[in-house]
Amino acid sequence: MIRATKNYLTFLWRCGRIAFVGGWHYYAWMGFLSILCLLGLHAYARQLAGGLVITGMCDQVSWGVYIANFTFIVGVAAAAVMVVVPVYVYRNKDLHDLVIFGELLAVAAIIMCLAFVTVDLGRPERFWHLIPGLGRFNFPRSMLSWDVIVLNIYLLLNVHICGYILYCRYQGKNPANWFYIPFVFVGIVWAVSIHTVTAFLFVGLGGRHFWNDAIIGPRFIASAFAAGPSIIILALQIIRRFSTYRIPDRALLVLRSIVQIAMLVNLFLLANELFNEFYTENLSVASARYLFFGLHGHHALVPWIWTALALDAVATVLFVLPLSRTIRWLDVACLCAIFGIWIEKGMGLVVPGFVPTPLGEMVEYTPTLNETLICLGVWSLGFLCYTIFLRMSIPILQGTLSKANEGAV
Amino acid sequence: MTGPIPSGDSSQPTAPDSGMSRRSFLRTSVAFASGVAAVAAGLAPLRKLGDYCSVDEFIQKHYQELTPEEMTRVLARIEREVERQYGIRPHVRDYKPMNGVEYVYALNLTRCVGCRRCVYACVAENNQSRNPEIQYIRVLKMPNGTFDLEKGDHNYQPAAVPEKGFFYMPVQCHHCKNPPCVKVCPVKATWQEPDGITVIDYNWCIGCRYCEAACPYWARRFNFTEPSIPADEINPNMSYLGNRPRHKGVMEKCHFCIQRTRAGRYPACLEVCPTGSRKFGNILDPDSEVSYILKNKRVYVLKEELLTLPRFFYYFDI
Repeated sequence: MIRATKNYLTFLWRCGRIAFVGGWHYYAWMGFLSILCLLGLHAYARQLAGGLVITGMCDQVSWGVYIANFTFIVGVAAAAVMVVVPVYVYRNKDLHDLVIFGELLAVAAIIMCLAFVTVDLGRPERFWHLIPGLGRFNFPRSMLSWDVIVLNIYLLLNVHICGYILYCRYQGKNPANWFYIPFVFVGIVWAVSIHTVTAFLFVGLGGRHFWNDAIIGPRFIASAFAAGPSIIILALQIIRRFSTYRIPDRALLVLRSIVQIAMLVNLFLLANELFNEFYTENLSVASARYLFFGLHGHHALVPWIWTALALDAVATVLFVLPLSRTIRWLDVACLCAIFGIWIEKGMGLVVPGFVPTPLGEMVEYTPTLNETLICLGVWSLGFLCYTIFLRMSIPILQGTLSKANEGAV
Repeated sequence: MTGPIPSGDSSQPTAPDSGMSRRSFLRTSVAFASGVAAVAAGLAPLRKLGDYCSVDEFIQKHYQELTPEEMTRVLARIEREVERQYGIRPHVRDYKPMNGVEYVYALNLTRCVGCRRCVYACVAENNQSRNPEIQYIRVLKMPNGTFDLEKGDHNYQPAAVPEKGFFYMPVQCHHCKNPPCVKVCPVKATWQEPDGITVIDYNWCIGCRYCEAACPYWARRFNFTEPSIPADEINPNMSYLGNRPRHKGVMEKCHFCIQRTRAGRYPACLEVCPTGSRKFGNILDPDSEVSYILKNKRVYVLKEELLTLPRFFYYFDI
């Protein structure tokens, strides 16, 4: 037992150490991310000291870019499942060695989600009120309590799967199926649940017509399964570029065909929603009208949403055309999909829900500089975590960091 | 500001481990020190936090779990806190609901002239922040012939009210029997009391603003920064669930003047109303004014289709 603990601690120590070692590319990138993280930390310290008044939010628009980014990133975390399913359900060979990169991305994404929720809280020091048993957790009535549970369990599931597989590789052992395969399959269902529950956060509010709509959940899933794998396609290419890890184009093209379908479904669901809102034209269309065309002389979101729709459309066309079998065009399509969906279901979903207010008041929202810096900080934190995870896992997977060479470093 | 420089002597895994050389030790130390310094510089604004939260406040239990002795201590602590912040010794009490009482509010839309005296009486009574301004009551100026709230004017400033062709509709917390805000709160920081008042434990709220998004009447307000109230305008008769001063980062809203109504008085907004448009009472008492109104008048329930079952009714004099 003591020996096993010691072995595991040695493993962790070596993983931790290697995160601080790399070429100049690595140092430059990590230094850059660290600086952005620190800027974000500084901005957050200012927000803690002065209150959320330092953001662009107000009583009329009481959620802003924090919750918008949170919503998008939950989707990214959920989308890891789009690498898991082909491998574990359909026995896809091309993606087999890459599945862990998807799961690690999910871990980094959940860390970002938790950070975005935390920076949105007015009294973050009271987070312990959320801990079941210690505080007073409003489960199962509050959808936010559901979200806290599903996100944390999803984090644990992925940490367990990745940690276990990496530790086995490190020891040169074969992982015991019973100790991780069940978790992989639970994780598949769980991934869908985290994004569905996040959609229900909004859908469950009967007083907000823009959100109180059954199609939000399916749209969340479809857009997540488009944006998430798009991010993975780009991430895999970066891994390929900066390490000796072998990633075939075929693997990227498998992901491409997933995004292809997801993009089409996403656009179809969007069309359903637009029809539902605009063909009947009743009073509850106000928020959608504000988003797409402006309302009572207020137009702040109009250029954004049309940019998003244009990007979505370009991405879909590219993904459908054989053109995107060439990696360069595939990258263009991925970037369009990521940015389009980021706008569409971030700001394009959260903010119009508040405009007009339930009492018909028109107040617009623009994020402040401080708020933007905090967002940048959280994004950098996510990139930093993912980079560190890759820095640790690639040598282990390649066998250059293993129990066999423990004494050598 | 500098970022922490990643340390480590060599990326060559084959280098023999002969203990840390002096140079690499120095490098690691410098990197570590500059990392710590950078984080400290990043956190510098926290020096302005002041007395953000005492230990007692941090570990305080939920209102409904406090024993009477603990409550006494909490009330004494809050009195000290208020005195330190505003220089006034307040009287903070924990008023309990009365048996056989369920409060209902009725507002006469035929009579209301939109003078907003209720708004300001509420601010004064309930120690609401003056800067930034927090108000529990929002009065809408509505054109005759519609109840479409989008046609309402929130910021009307005429020389005199009422204006011809308009009616006025004050909106505040509706103290719903089926409250969406209570349903969504992840930590049960807001709940319905037995007398129908929906209250908030300001010391338990985590400030996620989910209730604010859920409320169909836009009745909830968030303290985006520390409230400021001139010391000579503080109302020293306070209650735990009611008008004691709030801190930044928590929600607040109308609580039917809990510190008055549970002591047998009318809410401040009712007392100040010059037209007698506001009626308040016990719906369980068949002889009360509000029982009479709900039985005999034409009543309008705002957003009745949402089935929030408000305890706040609009009525007409016909």
